[in-house]
Amino acid sequence: MEKNNTNSNNIIELKNITKIFDDSFAAVEEFNLEVKRGEFVTFLGPSGCGKTTTLRMIAGFEIPTSGEILLNGKDISQMPPNKRPINTVFQRYALFPHLNIFDNIAFGLKLKKLPKADIVKKVKKVLEMVDLEGFEDRKVQTLSGGQQQRIAIARALVNEPEILLLDEPLGALDLKMRKEMQLELKNMHERLGITFIYVTHDQEEALTMSDKIVVMSEGKIQQIGTPEDIYNEPKNAFVADFIGESNIFNGIMTGKMKVRFCGAEFECLDDVEHGMKIDAVVRPEDVIITIPEQGAIKGEVISVVFKGVHYEITVVSGKNEIVIQSTKAAKVGDMVGLLIEPDGIHIMISETAQNNIETGVDKNYKLEILEGALNCDLTSIIPNSKFNEDEVLVDMHGDEIDTGKLKVIVSILPEDIEMSDDEDAGIVCGHIMNLIYKGDHYSYVVRTDEEEDFIVDDEDLWNMDDRVSLIIPEDKIKYSLKK
Amino acid sequence: MNGIRFTRKQLCIPYALFLICFVVAPLLVIVYYAFTNGEGQFTLANLSGFFSSPNTIGTLAYSFAIAVVTTCVCLLIAYPVAYILARSNLKRKYAIVMVFVLPMWINFTLRITALKEVLTVLEGNLAYHPFLNSVIGMTYDFLPFMILPLYTTLMKLDNSLLEAANDLGANRAQTFFKVTLPLSVPGIISGIVMVFLPSMTNYVVLDMLYNSTYIMGSLIGSYFAAYDWHNGSMIALILLFIILIFTLFTNKYEAEDAGGRGGALL
Repeated sequence: MEKNNTNSNNIIELKNITKIFDDSFAAVEEFNLEVKRGEFVTFLGPSGCGKTTTLRMIAGFEIPTSGEILLNGKDISQMPPNKRPINTVFQRYALFPHLNIFDNIAFGLKLKKLPKADIVKKVKKVLEMVDLEGFEDRKVQTLSGGQQQRIAIARALVNEPEILLLDEPLGALDLKMRKEMQLELKNMHERLGITFIYVTHDQEEALTMSDKIVVMSEGKIQQIGTPEDIYNEPKNAFVADFIGESNIFNGIMTGKMKVRFCGAEFECLDDVEHGMKIDAVVRPEDVIITIPEQGAIKGEVISVVFKGVHYEITVVSGKNEIVIQSTKAAKVGDMVGLLIEPDGIHIMISETAQNNIETGVDKNYKLEILEGALNCDLTSIIPNSKFNEDEVLVDMHGDEIDTGKLKVIVSILPEDIEMSDDEDAGIVCGHIMNLIYKGDHYSYVVRTDEEEDFIVDDEDLWNMDDRVSLIIPEDKIKYSLKK
Repeated sequence: MNGIRFTRKQLCIPYALFLICFVVAPLLVIVYYAFTNGEGQFTLANLSGFFSSPNTIGTLAYSFAIAVVTTCVCLLIAYPVAYILARSNLKRKYAIVMVFVLPMWINFTLRITALKEVLTVLEGNLAYHPFLNSVIGMTYDFLPFMILPLYTTLMKLDNSLLEAANDLGANRAQTFFKVTLPLSVPGIISGIVMVFLPSMTNYVVLDMLYNSTYIMGSLIGSYFAAYDWHNGSMIALILLFIILIFTLFTNKYEAEDAGGRGGALL
């Protein structure tokens, strides 16, 4: 069992971690991650994406529903937090208000029954490290937010953990303080050589500090990579949209390293199969403004906003909206041409172009999703099957087909689904969980009350958490049997 | 828009009148009676009489003992109850809180009479166990006053503090004694204040339990019943003084130790 294909450079490995709350809500699904000794890893994602839950499972505050957490090759997923050589810096610091700074920091050391002189020495040393010498006798309440933050870090580090977990530790600080602490934390990480696992929803913070970023959304890993990878080569539209500003356009590959979007053809560096539908990501700083005659795309400037270092210019071309960052100003109403260099275009294969929902079949030969609202003729998708005189579905030999084993895939194109705010208009209701602007339309993820996710393309702007009813025309639905 | 406007001072008038009529004036009357004799002359005889009479000192000590035991019993019962109610994920939490608060809604006389019947069945003759019955009666009556402040304090306790202690190496028992208990001190003090003082004086409970036990309240009552207002007032005044010292001490402790947080009700 020991050392089974574990790399000894890895301090911690998460294998197939899933966490389900209250028997239904999956906070984290199939999470796999390897962290090398001394690495600075950041879990990045919007609130509710499961990043804090994952951190809490590493700390031991939550027990995974399934999967293994290997620390130095040994599974610790069931071990209580006080037994793990891991310490946490909490979101709101969680300093003990009834103890002074010395006793707060010495809390862990005293439990380990260290000699008093050693404790005093260690506390003094760690206070020097966070630049708060002589604060031993101060009360927690008399410290500023930034100082409390440093004490919280000192309290965790004094125990010399193998891994330091930081749960949005800078969230409560003001911008200037946050920038300072980012650099300080990064320095501290380099000096100490301890593995840091950091949780944040702030993409800039993640890009500044980390060796490795894990981008998460809805309990799933979207991409793991270095900050440069994540920024330059986002794997999907979610990552591209979440990390930095970006223009995302639906496009199609028109030849070898040739792509067409926004009504123009561009050369690109990604070799993707001809005819594939793709999402093209273009960072606003990679769009070059020129005179209309020289541009691949022509459009009209509709807004110019001064942002300090650059201007943010929005150009409309046909149905598409393009955001550009430029140090040169433009005038609203100007006609401009836009150029994009091949290395400014990043191609993502749109894996989410179709809704493929897998469902079971109940005893009455109705599909289990959407409360049986879909009429699927099972005989048309199961070869040589038919209903006999007793209305029982049988195969070519006349034997009854066990519906419990059948899995049907329901396919609907995102553009075929319509949204309505009239609850009774469609066959199912849900909430908008996610939306991404794709140049000429929005791509929505709608989660139904039964936790089915639908991708819906719509030209109109709806809001996050809007309750919508989905209108799905029967003739646009395709059924197939899962092999 | 020309409605009548009251200044703060004007708004204070009703309460100030109430205060003068029903608090300050009676208090002055008590002070007057405490330091005068039957002829209306100033005397310290009542004061020295209190401390020289073995009867009164004995009663003071006895009431003190009952109050201490009652408070301890209340605390020992209330803390686990409050802890479970506040810290667990019980679905019917509020229903259980109600179970403990509900007796307070029932008429006091009825409640104690019911208790008396139960105790009679259990003990046969109530006269055999005066101390025990006093403690049971008072605990029964004052338990909610101990549970509520503890419950509010424990409810407000930040869960991340417990997780932090756990994270730093403390097991459940260590977390309780090093974090939960110290942080619930304000609630404990409020509870003690609310139980200890009434249990020194509330002799009605004992009377209703046909109890011969004599506590401070009974002593004052008996003096007044015998029209000895001077000695009765003096004892009331001494009790007031003890309560005053007690409250000052606990307030100071709360302000210092808890930095103004917690569920202090006083």
